[in-house]
Amino acid sequence: MLKNKLFVCRSYMTMLIFLVIECCLMLNTAYGESVSSNELISNARQYNGKTVRYEGEVIGDIMKRGDHAWININDGQNAIGIWAEGASVKDIAYTGGYKSKGNKVEIIGIFHRACVEHGGDLDIHAQTIRKLSSGGVISDTLNLKKLKIIVILLGILLFIWILELMQGKLQHRFPHN
Amino acid sequence: MILKQTLNDFKIIGYYLGKILIGLSITMFLPVITGLSFGEVNPVLDFMIAILATLIISSILTTTCFTKKDLSMAHGMVVVSSSWLVATALSAIAFYLSGHYNSFLDACFEAMSGLTTTGLTLVQDLDHLSKAHNLWRHVGPFIGGQGIAVVAILFFMKGSAGAFRMYVGEARDEKLLPNVIHSARSIWIIGICYLIAGIAILSAVGYYIGIKPANAFFHAICIVMCAFDTGGFAPQSQNMLYYHNSVFEFVSIIIFILGALNFNLHYQAWVGNRKEIFKNIETRAFFVSVILTFFITMIGLNQLKVYPQAMTLFRKGFFQLISGHTTTGYMTIYPRQFISEWGGVGTFVIICAMAMGGCICSTAGGIKMFRIAVLYKALREDSKKLLLPRSAVFIQKFHHIKDMFLNDKQVKAVGLITISYLALYLIGTIAAMAFGYPLLDSLFESTSAAGNVGLSCGITDVGMPAALKIIYIIQMWLGRLEFMSVFALLGFLIAIIKGKNVKK
Repeated sequence: MLKNKLFVCRSYMTMLIFLVIECCLMLNTAYGESVSSNELISNARQYNGKTVRYEGEVIGDIMKRGDHAWININDGQNAIGIWAEGASVKDIAYTGGYKSKGNKVEIIGIFHRACVEHGGDLDIHAQTIRKLSSGGVISDTLNLKKLKIIVILLGILLFIWILELMQGKLQHRFPHN
Repeated sequence: MILKQTLNDFKIIGYYLGKILIGLSITMFLPVITGLSFGEVNPVLDFMIAILATLIISSILTTTCFTKKDLSMAHGMVVVSSSWLVATALSAIAFYLSGHYNSFLDACFEAMSGLTTTGLTLVQDLDHLSKAHNLWRHVGPFIGGQGIAVVAILFFMKGSAGAFRMYVGEARDEKLLPNVIHSARSIWIIGICYLIAGIAILSAVGYYIGIKPANAFFHAICIVMCAFDTGGFAPQSQNMLYYHNSVFEFVSIIIFILGALNFNLHYQAWVGNRKEIFKNIETRAFFVSVILTFFITMIGLNQLKVYPQAMTLFRKGFFQLISGHTTTGYMTIYPRQFISEWGGVGTFVIICAMAMGGCICSTAGGIKMFRIAVLYKALREDSKKLLLPRSAVFIQKFHHIKDMFLNDKQVKAVGLITISYLALYLIGTIAAMAFGYPLLDSLFESTSAAGNVGLSCGITDVGMPAALKIIYIIQMWLGRLEFMSVFALLGFLIAIIKGKNVKK
């Protein structure tokens, strides 16, 4: 009985400690909710050095630099550079481009308004990267409407060229007209 | 008395305009090749539509307006200024069909911004734009920077007199060689040589910093075209911030400084006259101005502690400043950071650098350093005259390719163009303020548009008023053509309405 009570008490204590730690972290960080790129850029001084949660689509190239890599994450407003460990970006199968939709990821990391390590860039040094949804290939099916317009325009152009040719021949035959 | 134009005037203008459009349609095959190489189906169709539309208009013009008469000076000016408007509308077709622009006006804004080597953009979701469309965004500044009319002169003009009038109409103050067709050819040879060398270097850097080989090559083509022609477009939405690499930034700086120098200077250096670089009044003025503005920018940024270290302060400060001064418009910061972080001094100095611009007969915009240097010399001469006796004869000399004497006619011409630029900057500022934007933001964006720079503090956005988009389009057009040919077109339009018929 006493053992049970002690166990419950210990559990409550542990929970309380976690809650206090979490509250302390919340005061010093901003990763309760994800922050938009607009918010980060507009209030860069306020977020500088804080841990933030940022999410968006991986776009362009994954640029490996030694044991780290640069990825650029676009949240629909702007793209921000993320400096991450090479191993943590291995699972990113798709990056956004014309033919593909990039993986959507969530970054928790330290935001830098003017990163000393990276020549003053505004960036986030990732601590964790979590895949939210997988990207994929975007199909580029032939647009028949555009094809029809091309056929019509080609017809008009050929008609003009035939007229031009005939006009040239007429001018050649009757130079004084 | 203003004389009304005859049918012959319209025929001459229409015929040469048609010739220029044939040149434009040929350049549109570049994105078609790119689209086919990367397997992009619909973008290829977009460009086929644009090519056919351009060819139809050019064929109608060259057939109905066929003439063997050469251009007069007024014709040359009108052909050039109107060709920039028509080329903008036709270039915008493919942009609009991509679905990445809110309206045809936005697509026209992008096309004009590209052709005039400005670099302000209204594209949406750039990171998902096709390679074909993206390449077209960068080809625009390259052909616009070298000169649309210069392309036509190179391929379609036989007579030298008409070619010269079009060459002058496109704000080319100087010829590299006595023959204008040889000058146009030299401009293109210089441009293409730097393009090849730049692509080779930047592809290697791109590959080294972790970009896939095909992408590294594509990015290099885009960046070099826009850097040498001081365009400012980049293939990704983060502009130069995408690469996160100092070497990439450094190589780009070298390319856009080369682009901002006078083509005549490149030619002199190529033929072995390297001393010209150090003797030339314009290069001297440009480097003095860069050092001076950079020094003040550093003070301004340091006062506000914008960057924590000297190295970061130098890297960010110098890149933005030199990009503005050469009127390139590449950025390694986000547009809103200019206003929210750089403070009054830093932002204002960048505005001044943008307003002054690069060198004449280059791909750069702005007032141009030659004019600034001539005005400075004139001011110094007048000040000295005050101190000397009335009877003293004072002659001011300067070196620009050859030794020249400063004369009143030259000062007057330079003064007029400078005043026109200042008025253009001011009109754009007042217009933006009328739409509710703050003074500094309005001045920044207006100077950037009229000086064909492309740096933005955030006003240029899809959501900005349509009227302001039109004002910026006009500013970019006027700034690139340096007023005279646009004024000639206005005069031509006035003559249509108010002109009197010529009695036979």
